[in-house]
Amino acid sequence: MVKAHICTNNLNLWFGDNHVLYDVSMCVFENRITAMIGPSGCGKSSLLRCFNRMNDLIPSARIQGSILLDEEDIYHPKARVTDIRTRVGMVFQKPNPFPKSIFNNVAFGLKIQGKHSKSEIMDRVEKSLKDAWLWDEVKDRLHSSAMSLSGGQQQRLCIARALANGPRVLLLDEPTSALDPQSTAKIEELCLDLKSKVSILIVTHNIAQAGRISDYTAFMYLGELVEFGESSQVFTVPKDSRTEDYLTGVFG
Amino acid sequence: MQIMEKSFKTLSYIAALFSIAAVFGIILSIFLEGLPLFKVVSIQEFIWGNAWYPTHGEAPQFGIRNLLIGSVYATLGALVIAVPLGLGSAIFISEIATPRLREIAKPAVELLAAIPSVVYGLFGMAILAPFIRELFDLSTGLNLLSTSIILGLMVVPIIASMSEDALSTVPKHMREASLALGATQWETITGVVLPAARSGIVGSVLQGFGRAIGETMVVLMVAGGSAQIPGSIFESLRPLTSTIAAEMGETVMGDLHYRSLFAIAIVLFLITFVTNLVAELVFLKRRLK
Ligand SMILES: Nc1ncnc2c1ncn2[C@@H]1O[C@H](COP(=O)(O)OP(=O)(O)OP(=O)(O)O)[C@@H](O)[C@H]1O
Ligand SMILES: [Mg+2]
Repeated sequence: MVKAHICTNNLNLWFGDNHVLYDVSMCVFENRITAMIGPSGCGKSSLLRCFNRMNDLIPSARIQGSILLDEEDIYHPKARVTDIRTRVGMVFQKPNPFPKSIFNNVAFGLKIQGKHSKSEIMDRVEKSLKDAWLWDEVKDRLHSSAMSLSGGQQQRLCIARALANGPRVLLLDEPTSALDPQSTAKIEELCLDLKSKVSILIVTHNIAQAGRISDYTAFMYLGELVEFGESSQVFTVPKDSRTEDYLTGVFG
Repeated sequence: MQIMEKSFKTLSYIAALFSIAAVFGIILSIFLEGLPLFKVVSIQEFIWGNAWYPTHGEAPQFGIRNLLIGSVYATLGALVIAVPLGLGSAIFISEIATPRLREIAKPAVELLAAIPSVVYGLFGMAILAPFIRELFDLSTGLNLLSTSIILGLMVVPIIASMSEDALSTVPKHMREASLALGATQWETITGVVLPAARSGIVGSVLQGFGRAIGETMVVLMVAGGSAQIPGSIFESLRPLTSTIAAEMGETVMGDLHYRSLFAIAIVLFLITFVTNLVAELVFLKRRLK
């Protein structure tokens, strides 16, 4: 029996007067990969950014409903948003390393927490880089700029940077859409490897990618969660005709 | 049409040529008028001599050390005031203010740059200096403290607007990456945004330095004018610029006093030239990145 790790419950989201999410209820399961697909503008990124409260940064955003992370309401007035974001990591569409050294990129989250010793940080940086399959490529140049890495390496660095905080859940918003096929394949394999450590929610426009790596698939359409279930079922016997239309390329 | 096009090109070419020639002409004449001093006074004596008695009948002395140090003190004092205020304003405008507040705060800070320096001087002389004199019970308020404050206020808009430019060019996704790692807004500003904008901020401070060390009217009005090294912020001073402005009228064209003031101009020129050069290099480095 798989355990639900983070769940939304009748989640509604508005940006000003624009109602962008309608009664979304879904879960990300522990040590599983959940893929989120749907046409452009249907609200995938918006939903993803509810899971680590990044929408808090948009003044016009208004949210209703709840999200439970390990049974704890992340929108509870007493919940600390910085704490939630260390437990729910995020990787963005475009690789966005800081203009700092490779080491300092990965150490950034640990350093601001300010509760780790130097050697502890060293160990965690090494482990995170290993977990993100980057260690062998950078171990001899940890102190050179992250900007000198290739796009695919930068994206794996961003994954390592998120992993260093020891998150329970990792959110990825189209992490491979800016990468070449080889780097994309590497990140896909990496995700499969990582799911033993974290629960993964990945947004993708690449239906084949969702099919290759996900255990569960959510299909969004115009702000609604149209279909959510095990990938094997969603891809072979979708319950909703809109899902079937999307998967067969009728729209999107 | 063709002729119009051609003549515009030629005219702009002439305008550019004329401007460049004027700048070089000025620099050249400063050197031509100033350098002959060193046939009589050694460079070392000039730069590091501690007595400035240019009109002393028998044995005039042309040591600018006290003036040079006065300039450096006043400029550093100005930066002590202007860097926190200017950088703080830049952080507020770029990172913290709501868009509407930014629309007000940005032009307000830039307005400081539109005030003529004589108005700053007037304010310093007539309002700030008496206030400082009363406050600290001094014999005069025309001192290093007043000078630093007024010069600092003049430099604030330079540092604020140039640093603000540098901060706003840091892409939004950089801030998002930091916040998504659990950083607070303040940790994001100090840990990511400021370091990413570092070269622009350093450049703005250098520009402010150049502006303060070259400023004449304010120091002429507020610094007090005694050619001594100020022993504390409550003592008066005489920077290089105000020495030239105050004494040029007393000189006879071509005499040593006259030449020594041009030699001071050479020193000022070299300082601002090097500062600008470094600032340009800092910017260039950023552009190449
Ligand atoms: N910062 C914002 N402010 C206001 N409205 C926004 C903002 N971000 C997104 N929206 C709106 O929310 C809706 C959903 O956008 P969202 O980015 O979540 O879609 P998406 O499914 O991720 O699309 P894509 O596949 O193109 O990335 C759109 O109507 C969009 O205009
Ligand atoms: Mg999106």
